[in-house]
Amino acid sequence: MTMSKIIEGLLYSESHEWVKVDGDAATIGITDFAQKSMGNIVYVDMPEEDDEVSCGEEFGAIESVKAASDLYSPVSGTVTDRNGDLDDEPGLLNRDPYSNWIIKVKMDDPSEVGTLMDAAAYEAFLAAQA
Amino acid sequence: MGFAYFPHTDEDIKEMSGRIGINSLDELYADVPRDVIYKGDFDIPDGMSEMDIRRKFGEMAGRNTGLTIFAGGGACDHYSPAVISSIISRSEFLTSYTPYQAEVSQGTLRYIFEFQTMMAGLTGMDCANASMYDGPTSAAEAVMMSAACSKKKKRVLLSGTLLPQVLDVVRTYARFHGIETSEVPGNGGVSDLPAIGRELQGGDVAGVLVPGINRFGIIEDMEGLAEKVHEAKALLIMYSDPSSLSVIRCPGEWGADIVCGEAQTLGIPLNFGGPYLGFICCRKEYVRKMPGRIVGETVDADGKRCYVLTLQAREQHIRREKATSNICSNQSLMALHATVYLSLMGNSGLKRVNELSYGGAHYLHARLMETGLFADAFPGRPFLKEFAVVPRMPVRELQDVLLKNGYFGALPCGEGIVSFCVTEKRSRSEIDGLVSVIDNSFRQR
Amino acid sequence: MRYYDKLIFELSREGRQGWSLPENRWEERPDELPEGLKRKNSPGLPQVSEPDVVRHYVNLSDMNFGVDTGFYPLGSCTMKYNPKINEEIASIPGFACLHPLQPAETVQGAMEIYTGLAGCLCSLTGMSAFTLNPFAGAHGELTGLMIMRQYHISRGDMKRTKVIVPDSAHGTNPASAAVCGLQVVEVKSTPEGLIDMEDLKPLLDDTVAGIMMTNPNTLGLFEREIKEIASSVHAAGGLLYYDGANMNALLGKVRPGDMGFDIMHLNLHKTFSTPHGGGGPGAGPVGVAAHIAGLLPSPVVRKAEDSDMYEMAENPDGPGRISGFAGNFGVLVKAYVYILTLGKENVKNVGPYSVLAANYVKESLKDMYRLPVNSLCKHEFVFDGLDMDNAGTDESAGCTTLDVAKRLLDYGFHAPTIYFPLLFHQSIMIEPTETESKETLDAFIQAMRAIAREAATQPDLLKSAPHNTPVRRPDETLAATRPVLSWHPGL
Repeated sequence: MTMSKIIEGLLYSESHEWVKVDGDAATIGITDFAQKSMGNIVYVDMPEEDDEVSCGEEFGAIESVKAASDLYSPVSGTVTDRNGDLDDEPGLLNRDPYSNWIIKVKMDDPSEVGTLMDAAAYEAFLAAQA
Repeated sequence: MGFAYFPHTDEDIKEMSGRIGINSLDELYADVPRDVIYKGDFDIPDGMSEMDIRRKFGEMAGRNTGLTIFAGGGACDHYSPAVISSIISRSEFLTSYTPYQAEVSQGTLRYIFEFQTMMAGLTGMDCANASMYDGPTSAAEAVMMSAACSKKKKRVLLSGTLLPQVLDVVRTYARFHGIETSEVPGNGGVSDLPAIGRELQGGDVAGVLVPGINRFGIIEDMEGLAEKVHEAKALLIMYSDPSSLSVIRCPGEWGADIVCGEAQTLGIPLNFGGPYLGFICCRKEYVRKMPGRIVGETVDADGKRCYVLTLQAREQHIRREKATSNICSNQSLMALHATVYLSLMGNSGLKRVNELSYGGAHYLHARLMETGLFADAFPGRPFLKEFAVVPRMPVRELQDVLLKNGYFGALPCGEGIVSFCVTEKRSRSEIDGLVSVIDNSFRQR
Repeated sequence: MRYYDKLIFELSREGRQGWSLPENRWEERPDELPEGLKRKNSPGLPQVSEPDVVRHYVNLSDMNFGVDTGFYPLGSCTMKYNPKINEEIASIPGFACLHPLQPAETVQGAMEIYTGLAGCLCSLTGMSAFTLNPFAGAHGELTGLMIMRQYHISRGDMKRTKVIVPDSAHGTNPASAAVCGLQVVEVKSTPEGLIDMEDLKPLLDDTVAGIMMTNPNTLGLFEREIKEIASSVHAAGGLLYYDGANMNALLGKVRPGDMGFDIMHLNLHKTFSTPHGGGGPGAGPVGVAAHIAGLLPSPVVRKAEDSDMYEMAENPDGPGRISGFAGNFGVLVKAYVYILTLGKENVKNVGPYSVLAANYVKESLKDMYRLPVNSLCKHEFVFDGLDMDNAGTDESAGCTTLDVAKRLLDYGFHAPTIYFPLLFHQSIMIEPTETESKETLDAFIQAMRAIAREAATQPDLLKSAPHNTPVRRPDETLAATRPVLSWHPGL
């Protein structure tokens, strides 16, 4: 597998979600590594607006033809938006996983992101996994 | 001595053993602890020739009594056209596995796609799966599906007018799966819609399971139910007889979200209870929570239209403990049976089946009433091919008289009520015969 | 095989019919039903003549591959020969026309078959009682786990809600456990592919309901430490569940009951020769040891207490009802015919001949395909793809297991099971069964070897395979992204 792209300025979870933090707003997606290991993504199961998500718990799933992977929320809070484009075109996550976010969350406790990795740490984490 | 299903000659065995490097077949089990190897004799008879088999099973079949069937109760004696057995006995269908290798399974995949289309059309739903084991297990799966769709709610309402075996199987699955079931007793022979409405008000209900045609044969009027169920953010599940849906209002027209039921009525032989054919259909927004195999259309590498198993990420071999269901196979050959049946029948043939069944059933009902030996169990309720009456004689005596004369009818369905079922297979003279047996046996007493 | 493109709906013409039914002479008609109860829109069924229907489905059958067509080495599926006498017997009217609710005195012959078959299965497996009600292997598993939970519940031992499943297990095991409300705990495999006893022991606490095992396991390997596993699990208060998917390896030679299993299911469509039918109907009888023989689901078929008559009864102590009636009777008849045809002597050869065939194929191919566990196998074995070194394939050719499988179709064989078990990335799981001749096995071996050579010399031949099938490499991503699940006019 070729090197996975990692973006500076985002935070990363061990289950390969990325988070962009802006005050108490968190935008969540999956990393390039995650989309590569899934292969062609055919469906994204996302929560609805106003649903609650909790840190470390499932909030949805992504499916390829022969695999399924649960999505774990890196933060706790309320869903403020879901990326409806993914309903029609889940393959967007393969094309560009960083510009195609999955959900936006208003965080209950923004300090929770403190446990996430920065780009350098995530790169080291991926290297250690290989 | 040779055996017809083992091609191995002594020479073959020797050569094969040589390649493996063993001297006797016992060495193939060298990794099995000695005390686990079975050395005794099996308590089964000596092998039988094909002639012996025919004789023995012929004798056992002779210890069953062939009866003229006037009973339903979840298994109906519909006619099976000759074409069907000719098609479903073809080796290419009969001896194939689940269509994993799409390139050499287009036959199976295409008929399943046709089956899905026909079932979706009959029920008025957007999609169907490739079939389930039988009606009651399809209901259990539909109930679990409704809970999965709602995510958090774990309570399901069951109408007491469903067939008893449907209620039983749903309750068994639900109890182990962790779903609370509440039975809402019927009222006057039909589902108690006001009571269901009251139960819904708690806001904790994931699904409501009601029959299209109920255990007494009554065609239920579900006016307004879907709205109430949807207001409570629950799903309406209907248990249907697909054969009836060419004439009676279909679940889609009632506003159902999930449809399950028994498709044995599509010409599948009674078979002492199986193999039958369960099914599940649903609206498209719930398809990814649907259990079982699903076939979809796509194109191949050359752009040709073709069919594959799809949406497999729902299934047990990928999702393991998070799968929508543990079901692997469907009842594929029975789905083929139903597909060929519906291809032959079309709208007009299925309508004729229902006209003949309806006509015969209403004729029998009228004749039984004329004897003065029966009362209507639920006067004025509309029925199609099965109806419930209250006999004035003891049920067991009635059944015995019928059996003695070669009829099976008067199926007990609780509280002194019995049901009769008439399909297109029953002629006027058979019906007249049944009535005169009852009349002669009980009138003069 | 020829490509045939039609769907039945595309043959439909207004005014055609394929049915032959009596005229309707009844006075009462469904038209008289209340308007609100009548169907308004058309169900959209096709209108096709009988000859067109027949030709259509015969054309479809021509695009299918069955055991009767050719060798079908699909691992874990036991694609053995399906005897024709089975079909004939199951269809005789004395069985096929019985209503499931007929009174017991009119179905004594059917119940004799039910109890006769159950008795044979008890003897062949070392179990004490069988229910034949489950419709399939997965259904049997679920029923067996319900019995397991019922056992603990009946003893007031409510906290046993965990079930241990090996990491090599088929996905159905954890799925059945979850449907049954049990939590799944995985136990690891050793590098030899067997259950890791050191990993197992710490899991055995007082919350364990039991363990689910396939033996031989999904790698085709016999779990040698089965007796120790059994005594450890029993000592911890759990039960052993035997997934009979691989029973063909042991039939006539080793009995699950003697290994210490308490509950098991069989797949009659695997081990007992009933046809798979393109994915059912099957049958998944569940057997139980004597100490839980009273916990079978309703209805149970048994001898009545005060007579020689068989009867069908409810069992209030069991988990409840798991099927509308008493199972796929038509399938049960076929399995019983098979067992009686085999008889007590020939049945002893089923397991050994199937194991002989598997080891023969394995030994004949292991120089060209990577064999992760090089030891005696049972009825099946797993390769982890082409052996790049020995087959001479350089890495750049990059032929995968999928390519090998697709190329096999060109050689006229069904492909083995691929990408299962999940323990390896390129799994090819081969199960030849005892009904295949040495000539057939040799032809398969030759084809597999030829494919390995092609992978080295003409990799594109594999990557673009199959070439001789009606369609090739359907676009599964498209199918799953934009699901088209039914036909619509003008589609």
